[in-house]
Amino acid sequence: MDAVHLRNLTAAYGGQQVLGPISLDIRPGEHIALVGGSGAGKSTLLGLLYDQVRDRAALVPQEQGLVQSLPVFHNVYMGRLAAHSRWYNLLNLVWPRRRELRAIEPLLEKLGIPDKLRTPVATLSGGQKQRTAIARALFQEAEILLADEPVSALDGPLAHVVMGLMTESYATSVVALHDIDLALRYCDRIIGIQNGQIALDDMTRRLTPSDILPLY
Amino acid sequence: MILSSTSVRITAAFVAIAILCLFAADLAITTINPWQDLAALFLGMVTPDFFSLEHIGTALLRTLAFAFTGVALGSVSGFLLALVFRFRAVRMFCAFIRAIHELFWALIFLQFFGFHPLTGVLAIAIPYAGIFAKVYSEILDETDPTPERVLSRKVDVLSSFLYARIPDALPHLITYTSYRLECGLRSSAVLGFVGLPTLGYYLESSFSQGYYSEVGALLLLFYVLIATLRLWARPRLIPLYVIAAPFFLGDGLPIVWGNVVRFFTQDIVPSPLRDGEGLSGLWHWLSDLAVNQAMPGIWNTLVLTQIALVLTGLVTLMAFPLISRHFGGPTRRGLGHVVLVIARSTPEYVIAYILLQLWGPSMLPAIVALALHNGGIIGHLIGRRSNEITLRPDAPKGIERYGYELLPRLYSPFLAFLFYRWEIIMRETAILGILGIYTLGFFVDSAIQNIQFDKAMVLILVTAFLNIGVDAISRRVRARLKLKVSMTCEGH
Repeated sequence: MDAVHLRNLTAAYGGQQVLGPISLDIRPGEHIALVGGSGAGKSTLLGLLYDQVRDRAALVPQEQGLVQSLPVFHNVYMGRLAAHSRWYNLLNLVWPRRRELRAIEPLLEKLGIPDKLRTPVATLSGGQKQRTAIARALFQEAEILLADEPVSALDGPLAHVVMGLMTESYATSVVALHDIDLALRYCDRIIGIQNGQIALDDMTRRLTPSDILPLY
Repeated sequence: MILSSTSVRITAAFVAIAILCLFAADLAITTINPWQDLAALFLGMVTPDFFSLEHIGTALLRTLAFAFTGVALGSVSGFLLALVFRFRAVRMFCAFIRAIHELFWALIFLQFFGFHPLTGVLAIAIPYAGIFAKVYSEILDETDPTPERVLSRKVDVLSSFLYARIPDALPHLITYTSYRLECGLRSSAVLGFVGLPTLGYYLESSFSQGYYSEVGALLLLFYVLIATLRLWARPRLIPLYVIAAPFFLGDGLPIVWGNVVRFFTQDIVPSPLRDGEGLSGLWHWLSDLAVNQAMPGIWNTLVLTQIALVLTGLVTLMAFPLISRHFGGPTRRGLGHVVLVIARSTPEYVIAYILLQLWGPSMLPAIVALALHNGGIIGHLIGRRSNEITLRPDAPKGIERYGYELLPRLYSPFLAFLFYRWEIIMRETAILGILGIYTLGFFVDSAIQNIQFDKAMVLILVTAFLNIGVDAISRRVRARLKLKVSMTCEGH
């Protein structure tokens, strides 16, 4: 993929500037962690980022963006709606295609929810919903992954499995995280946000937890 | 003050207006033996005659067939309109078609389709399409937008709509449509009063011949039909009913296409233009129509509406404790439910028709009919709302519980529902004129009787704009009081 160059991004709520101006380059093959206290502007920055690269990005928003009454299968399939004709999509909606089922099953297996393929999302637990949203993004196979607190509802070992899967499947990603250890372990560049500005931007190998903690 | 002063002030203002209207209203019981006739009717209700079953079977079958066909057609067209509801022209079109009552639509179609089943089907389908369009589009707008946001922009519109929007909206769309089906049954029954072969037709003929036991049987079966709606109208069976319904509409009379052409090219053209009297003739004709028919019609409609609105509020406040778990035991509540089901299942038109026969012509039957029916509906909704309130164990009982604990908590939703129904009460008030009360419907009906369709059309337009105006005022009042209610069958 090509590098992403963002210049002077700003965001305002009710006339008050809450973010930026921020300039940022994302190079191909980079795993970037966005860190910072709550309300610092991580989600806002991810949203702006998504608007810039929407055609080549997969997004896992904090609200997950799941259709509650559809089964896990269809929610995951939605990642690749654009790859098929509308008639194929319509058919698959009322009568799931075996080809798609076979493609999605192993993904759910890796995420630890293989038995939920045909379960409506509304009946899942918080952690299962979160993994469904991640499965959709993984299935989408876009150029770049944007994820907002994707493992917030997952416990220790599971969070590692999911972070590992995301880094493995996407060469380039920007992930907002509040867990410093996960950020240091799975990302090679860390951007710290404070009061709507970039307060820290460095390669992970040059950082320790004590460099990041002051941001919170 | 327990209540916000705004809601108290608004209540006081509406009560004051209603009292002033009482002076302008014509309220009287003119029949010689009103109570004796009423007793005869009640005797008929408790001794229903189910033996003329063929009669009754046809009446109910036709009522169902018209309701299903009309509501299905309205629902499909309403859904299509909902997809383009963001256009102002579409919104105005929908507001206009739903501002005209089913009976007015029926009266219009009768003039050129005659007693063809299409008249009844369209009379229900058209206003319902306008209502469905508005509510469906609100439901679609309220669906979570994030699933659409995460989709790639390359996804085609149809796939995006079917995957990301419809599934979560579908349960709400179905619930609302089935609510509306119940309303459709009432609308269909009432169409009989203008001559279509539904319940109202049989009710009117039995009533005018004094066969009160037949009236009783018809009404009782209609209540059973509506009360058991949830049992027989299962979602899986609905497609079957919808496919079958058109075959049970009856044959009616064939359409004479010459009448259709004449209606549009001659009948509804204002007579001065038809007779070549020019613009001055038209002006004279219009001002005559405005002074002698539209103005008195509007005045009487407004007067009656305002009295009926306040009386509806009173009935509601007296009726909701009947089904509230904060008063009385299960037996009394069960009886309360029966009373409220009867009140809300009987169309106001039917109650008004019966009372008018018993008491003679005046505004009184219409006011009582509107208050009973609408009070039954809001009483049911408020009663249910009161059951969601948990009182502390040592809360006062009886009238203190009503006044201190429940009324203050329920007053806002009560006002919200009442103002929601304001426009509906006005629509009905206008239509009750067909029964001989001097509201707008009376003037529309007399114009049609005198074969002056041009005048009838103008008066129907006046009625539609009056409804749209009241709807706008009611929306403002609700916004000012910050009232919001969830959608119900009745509030559209």
